[in-house]
Amino acid sequence: MSRKQSAGQQRRQVIPIKLKGRTISRGCAKGEVLLSRDPISFLGSVDPKTGVVIEENHALEGKSIKGKVLVFPHGKGSTVGSYVMYQLKKNGAAPVAIINLETEPIVAVGAIISEIPLVDMLERNPYEVLSNGDLVLVDGNKGYIELIKQETDTAENRAS
Amino acid sequence: MYLTKEEEQILNGEAGETLRQAIGILVTLGDIYGADRLIPIKSAQIAGVSYKTIGDAGLEWISDLQGKVKVPAILNPAGMDLEDWKRLRISPEFAEKQKLIVQAYEKIGIRCECTCTPYTLEGFNVGYGDHLAWSESSAVSYANSVLGARTNREGGPSALSAALLGKTANYGFHLDENRVPEISIEVEYPLQGSDYGALGYVAGKLVGSKVPVFHLRNSPGADELKALGAAMAASGAVALYHVEGVTPEIRMHGFEEPAEKISIERKQLEEVYESRKKACKEPELITIGCPHCSAAELEKVAKLLEGKMVSKEFWIFTSRELASRYPEYVRTIEKSGAKVVCDTCMVVSPATNSYSYVMVNSGKALAYVPGMCGAEAVYGSMETCVEEAVGRTAKKAGDSY
Repeated sequence: MSRKQSAGQQRRQVIPIKLKGRTISRGCAKGEVLLSRDPISFLGSVDPKTGVVIEENHALEGKSIKGKVLVFPHGKGSTVGSYVMYQLKKNGAAPVAIINLETEPIVAVGAIISEIPLVDMLERNPYEVLSNGDLVLVDGNKGYIELIKQETDTAENRAS
Repeated sequence: MYLTKEEEQILNGEAGETLRQAIGILVTLGDIYGADRLIPIKSAQIAGVSYKTIGDAGLEWISDLQGKVKVPAILNPAGMDLEDWKRLRISPEFAEKQKLIVQAYEKIGIRCECTCTPYTLEGFNVGYGDHLAWSESSAVSYANSVLGARTNREGGPSALSAALLGKTANYGFHLDENRVPEISIEVEYPLQGSDYGALGYVAGKLVGSKVPVFHLRNSPGADELKALGAAMAASGAVALYHVEGVTPEIRMHGFEEPAEKISIERKQLEEVYESRKKACKEPELITIGCPHCSAAELEKVAKLLEGKMVSKEFWIFTSRELASRYPEYVRTIEKSGAKVVCDTCMVVSPATNSYSYVMVNSGKALAYVPGMCGAEAVYGSMETCVEEAVGRTAKKAGDSY
């Protein structure tokens, strides 16, 4: 409770917040944040037609990643996941941008071939700065993200 | 990561979209793994071929590719024999998709032979110290360990990017410091034939992704090393191993003995063979050729089958080039009712999925068949596999040594 409050107070003080990171995939996009504490395997966990997470007991089960700025720690699972990201993009069901704690090769390759901007290793932990519904810009050309507009800061908006 | 002026231009899109994306993949992977620069490669081998593994997602990506590869490049096994796919009852829908995948690769100049043993093919020679971008885990292990070449285990898109640029990022197994043995494995009894696949199956689980050095009582040959490496790459993630006195790098340089030591007992190998004893059903399908049979292995199967008839489905997988180079072995094998199948294997073909109980002589297939084909797998030597197929050893279960 206290951690959340202080994070929230900090956030309110310094909008917009700009955080530097590492460029994994170039491009620039703006969208609403969707946070996942769980790693994501694109193969088998996300429906490539709709972008809905179908993995049982996943933090995002039943939610759509379509059009979101998807924040997750890193990928997992099969290398075919890279191609599934491409399929999502072609079906118009991909996230507009991705933020990772630290990207591994499956997601890195998937983001590049799908032209989804991806920045990782931010100078601050994105889970402490971002909430679901926040409006964020991900600039994969210059390697930073910018929190433009906060969603009302409630505990429900934080990743579980 | 340092890039030459020309590489910078490619990254900025001056050489077109395909190459921009290709170099983007290599530079990003290089950054993730701390590469200092890109280095030229001699050849590429590209995974992500079977429609069973990559599905429509992969097909879509490959179909959109443009350009031409800059170095000799070859494919991993596909999901079916590209010429005679009907024989293993592949569905026309699958065959159609599989052909589209292969055609898409062919369009960008990739040699459309699908094999996990590219090192046996004409024009695909690998020399000591050559840098490669190969994908298939057993081929990667063989190239690194048995041939002394240098390759990471590339994913499909990164191997393809490397082929399009003729370069890869300089990290991992391209560097001397990552090729040093990290764990020593002592085996204090003589091994033969399929024991090497069983040893690999056991060792892979124990060492994970470390570089092991083996101390063996006898000197394995090329096919035995192939089986050892393939199994370790499947049950673990071993991409490079050394065998003292046998593999080239340790013979030329010598390495300090690693501090971590284990020994593998005969009993542990026997457990691999014993799956056959425990199983209550008869194998319905017997398969050999994971990795693809060499000329010597084809010859051996042919000799074992000469003058016999099989009573069960018996598939022998090899590359199309070797099958056409040795038509007499193929004839002898097929006269028995067994099938020589090219371009694919029991793991990546959907044909295996219609069986529930499969016998293999490969530690790699033993590791993958249950998960990839939904079938139970048991292990036996090549001789036991042939005996099982001709139906004389139904009562001698597990008698593999």
